[in-house]
Amino acid sequence: MSEHATSRGFYVALGISLLVLTAVTVGAAFVNLGPFNPVIALLIATIKATLVVLFFMHVKGASEKMTAAVVISGFFFLAILLVLSMADYLTRAWR
Amino acid sequence: MASAAIPANQSPKTNYLTNGYSLKSWLLTTDHKRIAILYLISITLFFFLGGFFAMLIRLELLTPQGDLMHADTYNKVFTMHGIIMVFFFLIPVVPAVLGNFLVPLMIGAKDLAFPRINLLSWYLYIIAGVLFLHCMLVGGVDTGWTFYPPFSTSASNTNVIEAGLAVFIAGFSSIFTGLNFIVTIHRMRAPGLTWNRLPLFIWANYATSVIMILGTPVVAITIILVAAERTLHLGIFDPKLGGDPLLFQHLFWFYSHPAVYIMILPSMGVISELIACFARKRIFGYNFVALSSIALAVFGFLVWAHHMFVSGMSLYAAMVFSFLSFSVGVPSAVKVFNWTATLYRGSISYATPMLYAFGFIGLFTIGGLTGLFLATLGIDVHVTDTYFVVAHFHYVMVGGVLMGFLGGMHFWWPKISGRMYPEAWAKLSALFVFVGFNLTFFPQFILGYVGMPRRYWQYPHEFQVLNVLSTAGASVLAVGYLLPMIYFLWSLRYGPIAEANPWNAAGLEWKAASPPTTFNFDETPVVTWEAYNYDEIDAKPQEVPVGR
Repeated sequence: MSEHATSRGFYVALGISLLVLTAVTVGAAFVNLGPFNPVIALLIATIKATLVVLFFMHVKGASEKMTAAVVISGFFFLAILLVLSMADYLTRAWR
Repeated sequence: MASAAIPANQSPKTNYLTNGYSLKSWLLTTDHKRIAILYLISITLFFFLGGFFAMLIRLELLTPQGDLMHADTYNKVFTMHGIIMVFFFLIPVVPAVLGNFLVPLMIGAKDLAFPRINLLSWYLYIIAGVLFLHCMLVGGVDTGWTFYPPFSTSASNTNVIEAGLAVFIAGFSSIFTGLNFIVTIHRMRAPGLTWNRLPLFIWANYATSVIMILGTPVVAITIILVAAERTLHLGIFDPKLGGDPLLFQHLFWFYSHPAVYIMILPSMGVISELIACFARKRIFGYNFVALSSIALAVFGFLVWAHHMFVSGMSLYAAMVFSFLSFSVGVPSAVKVFNWTATLYRGSISYATPMLYAFGFIGLFTIGGLTGLFLATLGIDVHVTDTYFVVAHFHYVMVGGVLMGFLGGMHFWWPKISGRMYPEAWAKLSALFVFVGFNLTFFPQFILGYVGMPRRYWQYPHEFQVLNVLSTAGASVLAVGYLLPMIYFLWSLRYGPIAEANPWNAAGLEWKAASPPTTFNFDETPVVTWEAYNYDEIDAKPQEVPVGR
């Protein structure tokens, strides 16, 4: 029971930290950092996504190989999207 | 060969259809078979609604001048047709109807892994459908089913956000179905049913589910970004606001090209079942056909930008995408060649499901080969946004999916309903569908090649003959689609009672009663035989199957 209560508190804290990071993202958007604005936004988004994947999706501590396979395939397909899209953006003759 | 103690050839007193007659027993059911029926009814309604818009398009194009409707109305009509047919019919139809009904039966399970999520997926589909119907009734949307910005984000004054929200919600219905299938296939296979013994329909639905889970979130996010740009004027896609319209096209087609495989792969799974049964042979190169489904799921994610060759994207990237697009032809060809090799020296019978399988091979081959035209950079530039493209994707998506779906519906109708359909009418309907389909869409290849653009409500007089042929074909096709609905409904009351296995087919679903009981099998079956063991089945004395 106490373990359950602890884990509930942990997830509440995690949820609050995600909301705080969202607020930080919004706040950072109002500070003119030039080209670093999107970098900061993406960095915070990556931290948030990592927290969600590791804890809310229970990937941290998962022992099954299937979990690893699912996570790896998710990132593999994301890599396909990013790499092939960038293949267009980085090689446009008219840019 | 040992087989499990399964009550076959017995029509149980209580089956999934008779297990409760109240509306509540249907609307709150968690039985995968009942949910499949709920999907069948709702998807059929959307199919006829989408067909109604198709009819309006063909009527308008009967004459060169725009005389039936205004240009703006025509834009809305083809958009409604596209959105309904793609998101509310083609994507869900085979997985949600045949997949929901058959996946647990084929693997010897009592239900899907998450029955409540399965019901939730149907409710999400209905919510999305009702939202889209509302969008339609309050004026519709005119962006085309592709929602391209900056038109969708800044120029269109129609209900873009509501339509997008409907597609977004329908996407979650699709994700839930895919999630359910993957977990079920991994976790709930009967003892002895190894991956190499799985029916190819299961392999196909597994590959489809992977695409649903990996691709659908991308289009969902993209639609949210369209809504954000439209309402908050964020500069994401609109160049006027600092955005990049090609970014939308990349994100949209990253999902929407693989979505073609969401549509066609389950249908291919159906065709494998039909050809094995009606040629009385194990599928030639079973492993290659199974893995070609996975290959299509993966390769399908590598080719999306062939939809963008004339968009202003990088020529170098276009060449890479052109090359990669050809690679999809390999697993597609593996399937077609292996199906035809299966027919070689097979004991072929021409029951209605097999006619649809033959139709599928013909239409998919034409659709697939013309896809290679479009993967070729130079030719694609010539035919982009012409009726050539319209004909191509109808051959693949509609020809392929509907042939597979109707073939599957006829094949498994005895299992679903416990009744046989009238074979003569069914054969006539298959003929109507095949002839009507080709008459409708083959002229469109020629129209496109000689330069008729898509999405125009007027055209020069020299295009009229081919357009009249196309509209005439659509009328034949409509009869071909209406007939099965009529005789399937008729058969529910008047059709002969079906045996548990009227086709003498392989597969665990045929060992359950027709219609199956709520939990499918009284005892969990134990599988000790290979998939499609027709040589063993036919070596044993059998009664003459009904309808063959």
